[in-house]
Amino acid sequence: MEVMDKLTILADAAKYDAACTSSGVIRGGKPGGIGTATNSGCCHTFSADGRCVSLLKVLYTNHCCYDCAYCVNRRSNDVPRTAFTPRELAELTIQFYRRNYIEGLFLSSAVLKSPDFTTERMIETLRLLRTEYCFNGYIHAKAIPGADPGLTYELGLLADRLSVNIELPSEGSLRLLAPDKSKSAIFKPMAQIRDGAAQSKAELKLYRHAPRFAPAGQSTQMIVGATPESDRHILSLTEGLYQKYRLKRVFFSAYMPVSDHKNLPAPMGFQPPLLREHRLYQADWLLRFYGFTAQEILDEDHPNFDEALDPKSDWALRHPEFFPVEVNRADYEAILRVPGIGMRGARKIVTARRYGPLSFEGLKRLGVVMKRAQYFITCSGRMLPGLRFGPDSVYRRLTGLEQGASGGEGWQQLSLFNGDVS
Amino acid sequence: MTAYRYDGTFAGFLTCVWDALESGAEPVEFLLPDDEAALWETRELAADAGRARRLYAALSRRVSPEFQALIARGFLTCLPQKELALLELIRRGLREGDRVRQDLSDPVMAKVNLALTKMWTEWDHLKGFVRFSDLDGCLVGEIEPKNRVLPLLASHFAERYSGERLVLYDRTHHEVFLSDRGRWKLLPGSDFRMGPAGAEERAFRAMWRTYYQTIAIEGRLNPKCQSTHMPKRYRHVMTEFLTDEEMESRLPGQPAKALEKDHTNQLPP
Repeated sequence: MEVMDKLTILADAAKYDAACTSSGVIRGGKPGGIGTATNSGCCHTFSADGRCVSLLKVLYTNHCCYDCAYCVNRRSNDVPRTAFTPRELAELTIQFYRRNYIEGLFLSSAVLKSPDFTTERMIETLRLLRTEYCFNGYIHAKAIPGADPGLTYELGLLADRLSVNIELPSEGSLRLLAPDKSKSAIFKPMAQIRDGAAQSKAELKLYRHAPRFAPAGQSTQMIVGATPESDRHILSLTEGLYQKYRLKRVFFSAYMPVSDHKNLPAPMGFQPPLLREHRLYQADWLLRFYGFTAQEILDEDHPNFDEALDPKSDWALRHPEFFPVEVNRADYEAILRVPGIGMRGARKIVTARRYGPLSFEGLKRLGVVMKRAQYFITCSGRMLPGLRFGPDSVYRRLTGLEQGASGGEGWQQLSLFNGDVS
Repeated sequence: MTAYRYDGTFAGFLTCVWDALESGAEPVEFLLPDDEAALWETRELAADAGRARRLYAALSRRVSPEFQALIARGFLTCLPQKELALLELIRRGLREGDRVRQDLSDPVMAKVNLALTKMWTEWDHLKGFVRFSDLDGCLVGEIEPKNRVLPLLASHFAERYSGERLVLYDRTHHEVFLSDRGRWKLLPGSDFRMGPAGAEERAFRAMWRTYYQTIAIEGRLNPKCQSTHMPKRYRHVMTEFLTDEEMESRLPGQPAKALEKDHTNQLPP
């Protein structure tokens, strides 16, 4: 089989993996080598579905000995099967990298024969890249649950980031849909990667040339919408993963109907929950950068997102006692909680008010967008002149903004002539 | 009311600034050599490297190194009449000191900062969206940016491909970046034509196009989201949106010729 055909099959089989980031590690160029890595990562193109393509995301092979119901590569699925050789894949990566198509390699794999055997093939590929081709760019590798810890460790020495997919948000769902995988088999390598990375960091403080194990940390992914967990359950799980397993990222993947298994939603007419996935990512950002806790975003009375409203506005409307925030006096953390003001806006506000008090005109010139923020802030004790609103009308106006923004399916276009909108 | 006419270089601009500070002139316009005559009295100044260097050093010493960088980077943006805005900032900087950098809600400062943000965004985009073709072992590519980002991209690519020979041409500003195994240089250039690709290059282009097509999930097609992240203006030089024929008919250049020029003088990265 030609490399072109293998690439088509193995990229197609890998595309449901959401993660394609190349961030978290800084590495300068090496004489005689090829490649660098930057902390913020780099997107090289965006596919027709709007997702960033940063890494060459392929499977080593799609021969699989497991039969997970939600997965296209399950052994009971009748699809063409193939595998790269380590040399083919290394050569392809280097040639794509030279042309600036990609930032590095994302190597995952179906389980060929056994987790150990698969991991060994992956290690061979990465070793070829790192030593023979002196590849200095980004590598993300999938740790295969059930592989020998020694092999996972070796993989982590060659890769920048490791990931183990927890696949489904609860043990019950896992038992139902992925009978060959167990919760403990997934969390064991996760804990190993966490401890290995911490140990490696400690050693690097003592010895400059200590081996670096997964310097860009680890990430994971779960499928949303295939099983009945609530948003609150998923978000608390996410928070737990960040805290307990020190993950860099948790990815969510709206379930795509790839199978007609009896335990899965029927594929006919199934709409992937894209908006729900979007809300989860918004909430994930609030957890990681905005100082929110999962309990604040969704509580017992609100186990699921209000899909018509972003989670930050939703929280703000449920906490009128926190507002208005005075932009000229409030802490950075308080300004961050204002809907419509992000990290960049909050930082600019804190800088600019050192020079002199800020007015609403000044805020606009800073680049702060007022459509959401105006309901929640004061400048020198005053709200935006001429603004009239009550709690209900704010909800209506904020959800109206959302409709304009997402514009896609499931939303109704606002119309002057449509009586039931006002 | 006066206007300045200068050669479009940073040194030329600083020479005009020196003149304006010294004479107290309040220019209302800056003109390039090819621009049409203005309504006002026009002063034509040749770049004075000595004055430019002294003023440039003073920006760092008397205001701050960050302020100096703000002016130098600001000059690379495509802000219309950026010279007037930067002159205003230099005046304020010399008067008030580094505090001026905090005045983000000032109209002039806000304008320059917005232009800078857009320039860094373009720089960030192009770090990823530049495409090279391997033509006889030399990696050749082309960009058409709004801002003059080539000087900012240069060190990035020189370091990343430190073992390669590179040519990157900026169509908008007629500038070529040449790098030979980590040593690089920027040269003015025009009339650049890219030679035809060999079989191997075509094979990798085809594989990249296939990969790009394959990786999208049909059930999630979202062209609006795609355009938000990757505006369409970048696509006309990106391999995955072009056929080989289009690439060869549109991408100008004669890389072999350009490479013969002196590109071994080492510039500080």
